Parts: sequence; structure tokens; C-alpha cells
Amino acid sequence: MRIRKMKKSFKRSLWAFHINTGSCNACDIEILATLMPRYDAERFGIKLVGTPRHADVLLVTGPVTEKIRDKVIRVYEQVPDPKLVIVIGGCGSTTGVYQESYAVTGPVDNCIPVDVFIPGCPPRPEAILYGVARAWEKLEKIMKEGSKNAS
Amino acid sequence: MQWLIYIFLIPMVVLIGGGIIGLYAKGVDRKFAAYYQSRIGPPLRQPFYDIGKLMQKQTIIPENAVGWIFSGAPFVALASSVILLVYILVPYFAWIGDFNFFFSKSGDIILILYLLMIPSIALVAGGFASGSPYATLGAQREMVILMSTELPLAVTAVTFAWRLSHVAPGASHFSLVTMSFHPLWSGMGPFGILGGMLLALSIAVVIPAELAKIPFDQAEAETEIAEGLLAEYSGKYLAFYQIADGVKSLAVISLAVILFFPNGFVQMTGYRIAPAGYDITLLLDVVIFMVKVFLVYFVSVTTVRIAMARLKISQVAKLFLVTITVMCLAGYVLITLDPVIRTL
Repeated sequence: MRIRKMKKSFKRSLWAFHINTGSCNACDIEILATLMPRYDAERFGIKLVGTPRHADVLLVTGPVTEKIRDKVIRVYEQVPDPKLVIVIGGCGSTTGVYQESYAVTGPVDNCIPVDVFIPGCPPRPEAILYGVARAWEKLEKIMKEGSKNAS
Repeated sequence: MQWLIYIFLIPMVVLIGGGIIGLYAKGVDRKFAAYYQSRIGPPLRQPFYDIGKLMQKQTIIPENAVGWIFSGAPFVALASSVILLVYILVPYFAWIGDFNFFFSKSGDIILILYLLMIPSIALVAGGFASGSPYATLGAQREMVILMSTELPLAVTAVTFAWRLSHVAPGASHFSLVTMSFHPLWSGMGPFGILGGMLLALSIAVVIPAELAKIPFDQAEAETEIAEGLLAEYSGKYLAFYQIADGVKSLAVISLAVILFFPNGFVQMTGYRIAPAGYDITLLLDVVIFMVKVFLVYFVSVTTVRIAMARLKISQVAKLFLVTITVMCLAGYVLITLDPVIRTL
């Protein structure tokens, strides 16, 4: 019962913290487009928050540069459990056009565990919403496993 | 022994009822804000989902925080908001419903002004104790806002008390119930009405500052200083702050409604509604009061927060300490002059 309630609350309220690890700003604008009237992600209780302490979801954009690697790890550790990481854009998924650059240590899953990749340069808002839906599925799975372990 | 039961029972009822209504008010606020931006917006129950989620999440106490202040502040904020709501609502409804019991003589406006500060002070203490530079900055800003809104509120309180001493000598002039009993607009000349409108306008500006809503959300500026005061709060403590915020917004707006639009159904029409012998006037009064609260919330919080951007903290201090205080003082002078002019 508790788990079911929990899933519902989580499904209806995902707070996202957005971290830019050296992206070109296109993915960041697409995230904002997802929140704007046309797609209105706030319908589903998704909103951007200003600090990782409030977040459930970490939206990471950009290939991880050398300089920001430690900060990404630190922000990931600041997010309270249970948490999800969604990588938005081709750079974060595969380092894209920055492959073999001397300044890049990415992709993102080199430094933090990633739950969902949303490829695209930049991905459309529909793709981002689809990615969030997949993240919910993953969250459900994590919670089922958690309840099994608890029992 | 009866008063002992009241003391424990009424705050419990107010905590649950005020929490639920306050959170629904937040949901309504978000829905209307979404309509303004031609979005669909979250469901009205969204704040409850948020609280439910926050309750399930891990609660982190940062390593360099002062633990007991950090974890005590949310409870102080919630408790003081509930006490504030008790002191504002219970005497009012006791007066409206013609009850006479323990709380009906309490509700002093000076006490309420000081109680109004305690949730903010708890937030400030929690912010300073969380050991994050963002939270410290937010706490400093909250202190500035707190101090600059004191003056207009104090002038308003004094104006009401002065007027009561003139209109109803012998009654307790600082009691909210007496203020509801003699509404500001009754028996006033044009000067008095103008002064009352100035006071109402300045309180309408003070409300978003008390509730830390845009354009006065410098202390919790999410894009600027990473949610400021709340930067280090997570999980349950954040949920308590959210509930306290809901209760406090209900309390502040109820205070404005009681000061400026206190009339219940009986005062408006002169009738009591009692089908089949059951007096349902009180129920009707609760509904009327809620409608008023939501209207004031919509006008002075939702509309303003959609239409404006965040001010700078220096602008806020200047606005309240100069413009709004002068407006309040002008209202005070006009209301004071009103009986003099009418006797000329």
C-alpha cells in the first residue's frame, strides 16, 4: 500500500534540477520549451527547481568537460534518494561532435550512473517527455525491487 | 477543565483544516497562474502529491549545518503558523457564529503582528544554520524583508486601533473581534474611505512580501541564489516548510479579509438561514469567508506574481520603508481627519 502510494506521488510530482556540463545551450532551450505552454510539463507535476537538494531528477546536458567533472559528481551526490539521472542530447549520450577532444571526459555515464538517455541534437520536447515517461517506468522498477529486498 | 480541551483540540482542528485548505489554495494559485500563461497547469491536488513525495524522500542534514536548529526550524515554522491561524480565525468565527467560549476574547492585533514574524524568523534561523552560502544570503534577505514590512503593518494596526477608540470607546481597541464588529467602511466620510483604500492597497502589497511570492521572493530566489533559505532543505523538512507556507498564506490572507471585509452573511443581509430549525448560517459564513480569501489570494498574489518580475532587495527595502509606509501614514492621517472634517 505504502509503495503504491509512493509510486503515485512520485509519478505526479517530479522535480528536476538542470545541470549544464558544457553543452551549447540548444538542449537547455529544448528543456524550457518542454515547460512552455505548448507542451506544458507542469501538467504532470514536473517543475524545475533551483537546488539539487529538492530534486528527484537530474537533467544533464552536454559532454562532461574536464573542469566540470567533479562538480557533476558532487551535484549527483547532493540529490536525496531515490533519484534518477536523465541525459538530454547527443553530446551527453555519446559525446557527439566532441569525440576525442582533449577537454572532454564524457559521456555522462563515465562519471555518474545514468537511467535514461535522450539522444538528439537537440531532442524535441516530445522526445524529452517520452524520456521522462521511460524514467517513471524505471523508477517503478527500482521501487519494486526495493520492496522485494525489504520483504 | 473545558478550556483545556479547547486548547488542545482547536489547534489540532486548525492544523488539519488549515493545512488542507492552505495546500488547496496553493494548487488553485498554480492552476490560475497556468491559465494566465495559457497552459493547462497541474491538478489542484498537486501540492499534496508534492508533500507525499517529499515525505518519502531521503532527508539530508548537511555535515556543516547546526543540526538541532536546522531540524527544529521547520517544526517551529509550522507550529507558529498554526497558532497564528488559530488566533486569527477562531475568535472571528466565534464572533460570527455567536459562540462564547475560551478563545472568543483573544486575538489581539499586536500579538498577531509578532506571531506573524515567527515563521519567518524560524526560516531565517534554519537558513543561517544550514551552513550554505546561498542559505545565508537568503536568510539575510529575509531579515531585510521582515524588518521593512513591519512598519506598514504597525501603522495599519495603529490606525485601526485609533479608529476603534473613536468609534467604540470602552471596547478593547486592539482586539480583532472588535475590528470585525466595526468594519472600516461603515460610518465613514469620503476622506475616511480614501484612507481605508490606501491602507487596503498597502496591505495588498505587503501580502506577497509576507508570503515570499514574486516580486518579493528574493529570499527564495530559485534561479538567482539556488532557492536561498531552503537551499539545503530536503525530504520531510522541506515538506513541513511547504505545509507551513500553505497555513501561513491562509493566515495572512484571512487577516487581510478580517481587517477589511469582515462582514458575514448576517451582517450583509440581516437574515439568518435556518431551514427546518437547523441554523446553517455559520456554514454559509465559512463558505463566504473562503470565497473572499480565494479572491484576495487571486488578486494580490497570483495576478501580481504572474505580471511582475523579481525586484532587487534594495528596491524592496526602499519600497516598503518609503512608498508603502508613506501610503499607510497618509491613510492614517485621512482616517484621523475624517471625523474632524465631518463635524466642521
